[in-house]
Amino acid sequence: MEEKRQNNTIKKVLKYVKKYWGLLLFSIVLAFVSVLLSLYIPILVGDTIDEILGMGQVNFIQVKRLLIGSLILAVITALCQWIMNIINNKITFQVIRDMRKEAFAKIQELPLKYVDTHPYGEIVSKIIADVDQFADGLLMGFTQLFTGVVTIIGTLVFMFSIHWKIAIVVVVLTPISLFVARFIAKRTYNMFRVQSEYRGEQTSLIDEMVGNQKVVQAYTQEEEILEKFDDINEKLSEASLKATFFSSLTNPCTRFVNSIVYAAVGLSGALSAMNGGITVGALSCFLSYANQYTKPFNEISGVITELQNAMACATRIFEFIEEENQVLEGAKIIDEADGNVRLSQVCFSYVPEVKLLENFNLSVKPGQRVAIVGPTGCGKTTVINLLMRFYDVNSGTICIEETDIRDMTRRSLRKNFGMVLQETWLKAGTIADNLKMGKPNATDEEMLKAAKASHAHSFIKRLPNGYDTYISEGGGSLSQGQKQLLCIARVMLCLPPMLILDEATSSIDTRTELKIQEAFARLMKGRTSFIVAHRLSTIQEADIILVMKDGNIIEQGDHDSLMKKNGFYANLYNSQFITVQQ
Amino acid sequence: MKNKKQDKGMVPKGTLPRVIKTLFEFYPKMMPTVLVFIVFSAIVSSIPSIFMQKVMNIIDVTYKSGDWNGISQKIFQYICILGGLYTLSLCACFTYTRMMAVITQGFLKKLRVKMFHIMQNLPIKYFDQNNHGDIMSYYTNDTDTLRQMISQSIPQLITSGVTVCSVFFLMLYFSVWLTLVVIFGIIIMFMVTKKVGSASAKYFIRQQHAIGKTEGYIEEMMNGQKVVKVFCHEEETEKAFDEINEALYQDSKSANSFANMLMPILNNIGNVLYVVVAVVGGILIASKVTNVSISGIPMGISIAVPFLNMTKQFCANISQVSQQINAVVMGLAGASRIFELIDQEAEVDDGYVTLVNAKEVNGEIVECEEHTGMWAWKHPHTADGSVTYTKLTGDVRLFDVDFGYEEGKIVLHNVDVYAEPGQKIAFVGSTGAGKTTITNLINRFYDIADGKIRYDGININKIKKADLRRSLGIVLQETNLFTGTVMDNIRYGKLEATDEECIAAAKLAGADDFITRLPEGYDTPLTGNGANLSQGQRQLIAIARAAVADPPVMILDEATSSIDTRTESIVQKGMDSLMKGRTVFVIAHRLSTIKNSDVIMVLEQGKIIERGSHETLLAEKGKYYQLYTGAFELD
Repeated sequence: MEEKRQNNTIKKVLKYVKKYWGLLLFSIVLAFVSVLLSLYIPILVGDTIDEILGMGQVNFIQVKRLLIGSLILAVITALCQWIMNIINNKITFQVIRDMRKEAFAKIQELPLKYVDTHPYGEIVSKIIADVDQFADGLLMGFTQLFTGVVTIIGTLVFMFSIHWKIAIVVVVLTPISLFVARFIAKRTYNMFRVQSEYRGEQTSLIDEMVGNQKVVQAYTQEEEILEKFDDINEKLSEASLKATFFSSLTNPCTRFVNSIVYAAVGLSGALSAMNGGITVGALSCFLSYANQYTKPFNEISGVITELQNAMACATRIFEFIEEENQVLEGAKIIDEADGNVRLSQVCFSYVPEVKLLENFNLSVKPGQRVAIVGPTGCGKTTVINLLMRFYDVNSGTICIEETDIRDMTRRSLRKNFGMVLQETWLKAGTIADNLKMGKPNATDEEMLKAAKASHAHSFIKRLPNGYDTYISEGGGSLSQGQKQLLCIARVMLCLPPMLILDEATSSIDTRTELKIQEAFARLMKGRTSFIVAHRLSTIQEADIILVMKDGNIIEQGDHDSLMKKNGFYANLYNSQFITVQQ
Repeated sequence: MKNKKQDKGMVPKGTLPRVIKTLFEFYPKMMPTVLVFIVFSAIVSSIPSIFMQKVMNIIDVTYKSGDWNGISQKIFQYICILGGLYTLSLCACFTYTRMMAVITQGFLKKLRVKMFHIMQNLPIKYFDQNNHGDIMSYYTNDTDTLRQMISQSIPQLITSGVTVCSVFFLMLYFSVWLTLVVIFGIIIMFMVTKKVGSASAKYFIRQQHAIGKTEGYIEEMMNGQKVVKVFCHEEETEKAFDEINEALYQDSKSANSFANMLMPILNNIGNVLYVVVAVVGGILIASKVTNVSISGIPMGISIAVPFLNMTKQFCANISQVSQQINAVVMGLAGASRIFELIDQEAEVDDGYVTLVNAKEVNGEIVECEEHTGMWAWKHPHTADGSVTYTKLTGDVRLFDVDFGYEEGKIVLHNVDVYAEPGQKIAFVGSTGAGKTTITNLINRFYDIADGKIRYDGININKIKKADLRRSLGIVLQETNLFTGTVMDNIRYGKLEATDEECIAAAKLAGADDFITRLPEGYDTPLTGNGANLSQGQRQLIAIARAAVADPPVMILDEATSSIDTRTESIVQKGMDSLMKGRTVFVIAHRLSTIKNSDVIMVLEQGKIIERGSHETLLAEKGKYYQLYTGAFELD
């Protein structure tokens, strides 16, 4: 099972690498050349030694020839290795870049449901930490695995050509180190996976705490959170300890095995030399091969643990990348919707156990104002989530201009709606950047006009750099109300054919709100709009008021007819005066 | 963008000593032991060269004499010793890697705890000003590079260093002439390393910053997913990400290209050196030059061969060192970023007045262990060593307070507020007038620039922050919920609260109704800031949380802004009973909710322009009158 998953991961990794197969091939060729050349050097040296020993005097011409020869060899080898490394680097970091890109694009494609139900920190940790570790492993794999394998083959050939009997000794002993490396590697992979998971968990805790610092401090919960953090930290530490310990075992173990091989070669070589089967020069050359032969085993075993780690990380990344996408979108594009919206027999729930909307029907004519009211948690925002296709209906249809929204592209659907959300989110950047988000090509005049219409202009003017004031993520020290004004200005700038106002003015003082309402009223003229508001005064003018309770529409009509009905709405409407009269 | 050191490409001085110092601080006993083991194993692994020389010597002698029979036993003996040494070296290596793993992980664990601890104590200002993702990358990627440095690079460096030293000594032992040749090669190697190394170091540090930036961006976009989707901004977002990603790619590529260039160059210098040594050795033997060495062994094949072996070892270790240099630079870059966080000025908390349980005995307030429902401020006087107790009543006064979020930009001017115990004080005013700011000062999220705030007559600067905040209940405009069950989130206000207390609080806040309708009631897990609840429901939970805490002073900052009017009227009843007997600061836009306040303060651009009860303010026909009548027309 584990094995299979690992194989799958390798296949997927290869898919990314495949794009660069030309470079890869070139890199392998270079590996061959450089290894063969560097292996040739000991032969030269061996010859030199024999030359000096054999004659009892030095053949200087011969020595000089050898010296220059090896110098040239060295330069060529260095060049080959260098180019090879550059290529490997390029491949690795391009693969990494592609991966990050795909992962990030994935965030955009994922249904909100996924983002809502997964801690952000975990996702961030996947894209950053895991991809990073994967890069390390891949790079090591490229640079050392090829050369390692080629070196092994090359040295074998050379050794056999020098003295096949001793070479056999070496070959017989090799499996030991392979076996050891494999034994350890198998265990490490799991450890690294566990480690990655804990790291994700920890990151998400930190993320949450960074975001919620205010509440943490207000309730003086620092100690308790620290305890919780300690707990995860401890687990992470333990997992990493095991992982690093196992992986650090690899090197000494294989080195030990290699020492045995080396000793065996020395012994059999010495015995052979005693019998005159091999010259001393050849033996020294052979020993040096034996050394070179075992070195890649060391390296490969190192690489293998690193690769294990990389594979563990890659698995997590692929899990994310392969997460189920938003349900496919249609191809129809409606540029400027006429504002006809129809919901028929819509059923929806976030979790199967709790039904929320059932057989919801609504028909809105162009230019109508629809207000949705009802107690907290009755499903008002849900209706809007469905209209925008943040979530998809379980059954039933939602149509705009008689086109099922599932047949439209998401982009054209959302372009048709202007939306002011309850949550105010501002991106890091200047005020102007934020205002122009919905319409990047807007002129400064247009922006100013929108800011004035939303009454944000007066406070923006008072900021240190006006419209060029830089605000950090989440709005920094702007007050909640100011953030909301900016969000309203943002929508005022786009002027979409339909509007959704979800508690758009909840954080704004009454006086400013009054003014904004006027602006909204102007904006809404001729546009189909959906309004969610608690202050019933703001929705009295609506053409249709939907009164929702527990996910159902219990009343529907305009203000007057609903008041006459003397039902839930009338009750709701009157209750706000009760508080006033207290 | 907030990071000043970005792009400088320099690790601040003193980072390495600090890392080492911290290591020894955390592991005063284990660190020296590990060092001993590392040195030991390095020395042991360089010894075999001597035996090589002995074996070669024997072979050399025998080669000339042709008498092979007598020596096989001797060779066997040497090989046994050799094997023993290898085993010993293996054991030492084994032990230190094991210990090093423990140390590294322990070190990082402690470091993370320290970082987290410091983060918890940072002023809110820090979080306002720094990118959240960037803060997180301290934990993820910076810690990671540090891990690699400590667990791999440092032991490697020490081993290599020791090996180089001992091999160097052995070389001198064999032949000074040949050693000189090796030294010449080493000098070239060092020069190359320095040149290439410093070029790559710059990029490695840049890479580190680029990763932080990438992480920050991802984090930000995750939070704004909904808005990104609403404005169909997916493509632009991806484009911006591509740019950041591309920059990261360029930096990593450059950094590693330089680093990887080093290895082939050094290896091949090593190879050439090997040949040169062989040739020079050969010439020396042939020309019978007198050998200068510590051992005094005459020049011969028995010296040349092990010497060649040593040259190899020497070069290998040098290139090992150079290979680790990048890892060290990267680790240090990470470490310096981490230290930056650790060195952040924590919230100044020099408060010494604490909150204690108290009871009244003969009209005097006495401290006691058990929970009495009565609290007192314990105020030790350093001058005469006496301790006075002041009953916690909830009397909060601001005298002539000035404040600005940024220096030189005053947001509040000469604010005076007097809140007597049990009073309800309301702040009204237009958006951005400074209402929330005043409450931020009372709980000391921010410190005032000028003036004084007194709580029960005590200057709040003297009160320990944790105790000050414990005595204040806060319901914020932004509702922050944590991963955990609904019950956990309510209990957040007071950890020792029983389930019954939590449920009672939820009922008081009007949250019980919807909670019981959740799939698992109070045990329903909440994720990602309570994304599966509506804004209003989140606010109800936040109110319940404050109710559980049961503090003498409450701050309600737009606590009911996201709740519909009907639910609000239910909550209002609960809130009214919650507020009874407490000093309450209320910020609300709906003037109906604050009409019954004892004092209403009208703020405009950071100044209190009107104050008084609803009736008096109406009679004054000022700003409040305008606001109220405006609102009234609206209603």
